[in-house]
Amino acid sequence: MDKLSNGTHAALQLPLRDHATVLKAGFPLSRFRLIAVLPLLLALGGCNFVVLAPTGDIAAQQRDMLVISTLLMLLIIIPVMALTAFFAWKYRQSNTAADYAPDWDHSTQLELVIWSAPLLIIICLGALTWIGTHLLDPYRPLDRIAPGKPVAADVRPLEVDVVALDWKWLFIYPEQGVATVNELAVPVDRPITFRITASSVMNAFYVPTLAGMIYAMPGMETKLHAVANAPVTSTGFSANYSGAGFSGMKFGFMALSDGDFDGWIAKAKTSQGNLTKEVYLELEKPSENAPVQRFATVDPVLFDAVLNMCVETGKMCMKEMMAIDAKGGLGREGANNVLKLTHDKYARRGAVFGTGAGYVLGLCTPEELTGRTLSVAGARAPLAVPSAKTAPAGLPGFTPISLKAGAQPAARAPSNI
Amino acid sequence: MTEYPVPTSAIFGRLTLGALPLHEPILVATFAAVCLGGLVVLGALTYFRLWGYLWKEWFTSVDHKKIGIMYMVLGIIMLLRGFADAVMMRLQQALAFNGSEGYLPAHHYDQVFTAHGVIMIFFVAMPLVTGLMNFVVPLQIGARDVSFPFLNNFSFWMTVAGAVLVMMSLFVGEFARTGWLAYPPLSGIAYSPDPGMDYYIWALQIAGVGTLLSGVNLICTIVKMRAPGMTMMKMPVFTWTALCTNVLIVAAFPVLTAVLALLSLDRYVGTNFFTNDFGGNPMMYVNLIWIWGHPEVYILILPIFGIFSEVTSTFSGKKLFGYTSMVYATVVITILSYLVWLHHFFTMGSGASVNSFFGITTMIISIPTGAKMFNWLFTMYRGRIRFELPMMWTIAFMLTFVIGGMTGVMLAVPPADFVLHNSLFLIAHFHNVIIGGVVFGLFAGISYWFPKAFGFRLNEFWGKCSFWFWVVGFYFAFMPLYVLGLMGVTRRLRVFDDPSLHIWFIIAAFGAFLIALGIGCFLIQIAISILQRDKLRDVTGDPWDGRTLEWATSSPPPDYNFAFTPVVHDNDAWWDMKARGYKRPLEGFRPIHMPSNTGTGIILAGIAITFGFAMIWYIWWLAALSFVTLLATAIGHTFNYHRDFFIPADVVARTESERTRQLAGKVQA
Repeated sequence: MDKLSNGTHAALQLPLRDHATVLKAGFPLSRFRLIAVLPLLLALGGCNFVVLAPTGDIAAQQRDMLVISTLLMLLIIIPVMALTAFFAWKYRQSNTAADYAPDWDHSTQLELVIWSAPLLIIICLGALTWIGTHLLDPYRPLDRIAPGKPVAADVRPLEVDVVALDWKWLFIYPEQGVATVNELAVPVDRPITFRITASSVMNAFYVPTLAGMIYAMPGMETKLHAVANAPVTSTGFSANYSGAGFSGMKFGFMALSDGDFDGWIAKAKTSQGNLTKEVYLELEKPSENAPVQRFATVDPVLFDAVLNMCVETGKMCMKEMMAIDAKGGLGREGANNVLKLTHDKYARRGAVFGTGAGYVLGLCTPEELTGRTLSVAGARAPLAVPSAKTAPAGLPGFTPISLKAGAQPAARAPSNI
Repeated sequence: MTEYPVPTSAIFGRLTLGALPLHEPILVATFAAVCLGGLVVLGALTYFRLWGYLWKEWFTSVDHKKIGIMYMVLGIIMLLRGFADAVMMRLQQALAFNGSEGYLPAHHYDQVFTAHGVIMIFFVAMPLVTGLMNFVVPLQIGARDVSFPFLNNFSFWMTVAGAVLVMMSLFVGEFARTGWLAYPPLSGIAYSPDPGMDYYIWALQIAGVGTLLSGVNLICTIVKMRAPGMTMMKMPVFTWTALCTNVLIVAAFPVLTAVLALLSLDRYVGTNFFTNDFGGNPMMYVNLIWIWGHPEVYILILPIFGIFSEVTSTFSGKKLFGYTSMVYATVVITILSYLVWLHHFFTMGSGASVNSFFGITTMIISIPTGAKMFNWLFTMYRGRIRFELPMMWTIAFMLTFVIGGMTGVMLAVPPADFVLHNSLFLIAHFHNVIIGGVVFGLFAGISYWFPKAFGFRLNEFWGKCSFWFWVVGFYFAFMPLYVLGLMGVTRRLRVFDDPSLHIWFIIAAFGAFLIALGIGCFLIQIAISILQRDKLRDVTGDPWDGRTLEWATSSPPPDYNFAFTPVVHDNDAWWDMKARGYKRPLEGFRPIHMPSNTGTGIILAGIAITFGFAMIWYIWWLAALSFVTLLATAIGHTFNYHRDFFIPADVVARTESERTRQLAGKVQA
């Protein structure tokens, strides 16, 4: 996916930069800020219009788009509403003084206005949409952290890997090597790259004060680039219905100053938990309104395994499957390489006439080998060859295939890119 | 863990006594009430010896007018169910604050919001829209009936069959807990193994057959059965919109059928179209269902635009402004509605260019829609507007719908959608266009054509009560949801933490209460009107000084609609006939060739229900048996040669002279 999307995005970014300058020079979004602040007056009444008054730069720009498009449309909506009321009043039956032209049904000039006025507005809005959508594409790495504050060349974004579980959120900080459940803390003014996936069904990752939402889908990776611009405590949640525990599927969101963030990480590091694959498989089981949990260490290949749906030992990862298929597949023998179990393990019932649930058996890959070595520190890991117990009789003996790291297709991306 | 295979018995499949929701007090009470009500109705039907009448005159009727009316009755009954669901949701959301869990557990609440969406779209809006088209279109084009009268009856009963399955799920088993579009993997066998999801699939598949066939039927009718002289560009606007809608139905519903079939294969035989693994792709489902789903929105709204065109022109006493641009706008919307589906999931990770494309096509639809709005506006301009009920609904629509249109375009801007998608803002938006558009339009249509269907007007006082309760109730119920959306509250939540949201949900619940009064007033309006029918009687057949052909015949129209097929010279054919001093022919009647009634439609639908039920509960022998019976009955029907008859000329003459007498009586009085 990365290869694919990086390719597309690199191509897009060149013209985009131009748009960006155009937007900054000729069409200052910030001028609309004043109007955008108006709804804040309402907020004084005790309501928190987080969508209209976010703290993150991305969400603020999305809010600006919302406000600009509303204003553009009000240009036509208000006259139409006023005219409706006026005509309805003026041409009421009892007002015999008003003109009555029962056969008047055409006017070329009026038709021109009728079609061109909305057209003009849509042309403006369409141009704005094209630019805004590209600038605010969640896949696009940030080039500024706030208006007029470009991202410094040496700043590396903070990566947070997000897994939507049934019905809680797992956040993995690969750089810091810690993980949390239902609590997301980020440092202020540092760009963040979220890599998002899910364990079982579709969810949507949404922190209104930070940036817009994006779906979290099993076996697929979505991305979100964002930045928090002020220390804030807020909430994030799933915005896409995902089953019984959906209502409780929310997490605390904290944007912290650098010092506080380091303290928060240190606190996580002192916690007891270690997020190994085994612990993850326990965690993954459905639970509702789960409390905050912190893990001092994380298996470094865990997220990759979740994304590729191969956390369980012996299960073939999707990217390996895709790599094998890209090279022509395993042929008819591949059909034998399936065991009775599946990714959807906690709820799985086979279709009534089907062969039941199944999964593709893992082949041994160098990566799995490394992963095992890392998680079982020092111990020499056994090869992840299917054991005699689980392997169907007559399974052809596969030799581990070695794939060059760069040549592997990464996890599946949403297919509409 | 892996519970495979599902325990089933050979005779009852997986249906056990446990499927009866005896542990749910709400359902038990509802069931008791429904049983009691049902017994009263059945008893009354028997006591007044109405069974034969209903069977002969209505259930087996192939008359498009009666089928249209039956569609409306179905839609109104299902509206009560769908609205009950809405009230339950509003109540739950208004209660579940400050640590309270509300009164609905997730298991029940999730079914309620799924059922609400499914019922309102498939079994309220669709039957009401189809019913109006069925009733009005043949009359407007001067035809005797639709092209395929039996098919029409069959379509109706298949829609009923779908509705019956949905209603059954209330008391036998459960309904889907997936949201109304049932995205996999949640709707797959892995996460929804219960029969609820199967109820969803089979109800929609069976009703879908009806919808598709009725679409074919109406297209054929409009294309082939117009009165002489009525060229395409002389068709009434409602007929135009009906044509476009049915084109949409015929092109879009097979997609729904296919995608549900694929999902059923996943669920029944273990294929992997939309599963997480083995190459399944849930996003494919999302794309496919919205390729049906977006045109579906226009299927609902286009005929409604037609109704508003008729109503505005009639009650302004003026030709419709810009007929040609109105027609082109309709056609443009029809085509564009296929190019916007992705705006329902901008946030699913599509690239920026894809998102912009679909965002911009969506905005482009607002141009023809805006043109329509202006055309209605300039139809009112220099008119003589009579504020009868249909016109009041129209004004309310124009003021309300533009707000929904505006919020729709806001949602079409991808960056804005990223913060509003799946929020209550979205909910407010589509209720704004569906209630403010479709529902207001249906009430306009019902009060406009009711005198045509029954020969008497609807009571005005209760109609106005209903109107004001609905309009005010709508604003109370949905404006708070816009506000909540901007506060970042998303849809389908069952409990809330933030106490500052509470007041908005209470206002919304109050709005739902007002709408309930609106529905109540509407029902009272119908009842009172029936009681006062002699006072409200209209013998002219043209109570509103109408413009199109349906007002040329009597109210209610005779079985054959028109004794002589009218000849059309102008867009507003009847207006033109009146202006040129049209005289009703009083002699020279000839026998009229008519289709015969048949019970096959209702029988086939009954078998289809059995088949659906058997598939839902894995009762394989019954499924096989009913499927074979279904085919045999359908094939058997093709050997029925008693399918038409002639109304003798003297019967026509007698009917027409009766009308002559009535008209003369009116003149004397």
